Amino acid sequence: MDTQRRDILKKGGGITLFTLVAAAGWLPREAAAQAAWNKAAFDTKTMDETMKALGGGAPVQSKDITFVQTPDIAENGAVVPVGVTSTIPKTESIAILVEKNPNMLVASFDIPAGTDPAISTRVKMGQSSNVYALVKADGKYYVASKEIKVTLGGCGG
Amino acid sequence: MADPMRIRANVVGDSTEVKVLMNHEMETGQRKDPAGKTIPAWYIQTVTATYNGKTVLSAQWGPAVSKNPFLSFKFKGGAKGEKVQVTWTDNRGEKRTDEATIA
Repeated sequence: MDTQRRDILKKGGGITLFTLVAAAGWLPREAAAQAAWNKAAFDTKTMDETMKALGGGAPVQSKDITFVQTPDIAENGAVVPVGVTSTIPKTESIAILVEKNPNMLVASFDIPAGTDPAISTRVKMGQSSNVYALVKADGKYYVASKEIKVTLGGCGG
Repeated sequence: MADPMRIRANVVGDSTEVKVLMNHEMETGQRKDPAGKTIPAWYIQTVTATYNGKTVLSAQWGPAVSKNPFLSFKFKGGAKGEKVQVTWTDNRGEKRTDEATIA
């Protein structure tokens, strides 16, 4: 029994099996998410395109999403701290979008069960713009926005 | 090989707060060098944090995340002395994993 198994592994069967498993979607959602980087979503330039690439409809405005430790005026566009907290139950993912950047989507975070729907990071902003926090909860999309004024752009260097 | 990340993980109440500071250029691919040539994009695309073999956060990033990215999040559980691992992969296929002990 054991020798057979080894033979299969030697022939590279292990890799094929893994591919099959991944293709069939047997792997947990997290594992699949880290393998694939959603190029289409990061190439989009408008909110509508981004939503389409993420596979969702128009998001609903929500007051349950708040920006924490996020400035109204950023002195340096290259480093703008943005924190997003969602109190919507069953929050599955949080994405940060900057309206006037060359590509809107900055980052998207998958929140597995047991992790607080609150993340913070730093983003680049080319100019003053609205920043959106897009939250996916229970299959639906919610959005909140905040205007951040940038006194020094982050794209010219 | 890229420089190590700085990871700090602290128990706060019944959760663990993780703060990560990565060392990465995060070049957007939009800037030009003095000769007018576009500097090719080089940025982190995926970030995964695991605790006890379980994914506690996974993220996909674009080039608009700041240089030397900072990330903080919280997850339920976690005890002092246990380890949290963070892995990133960039668009050149480079990878780095670092771990920190929860304090």
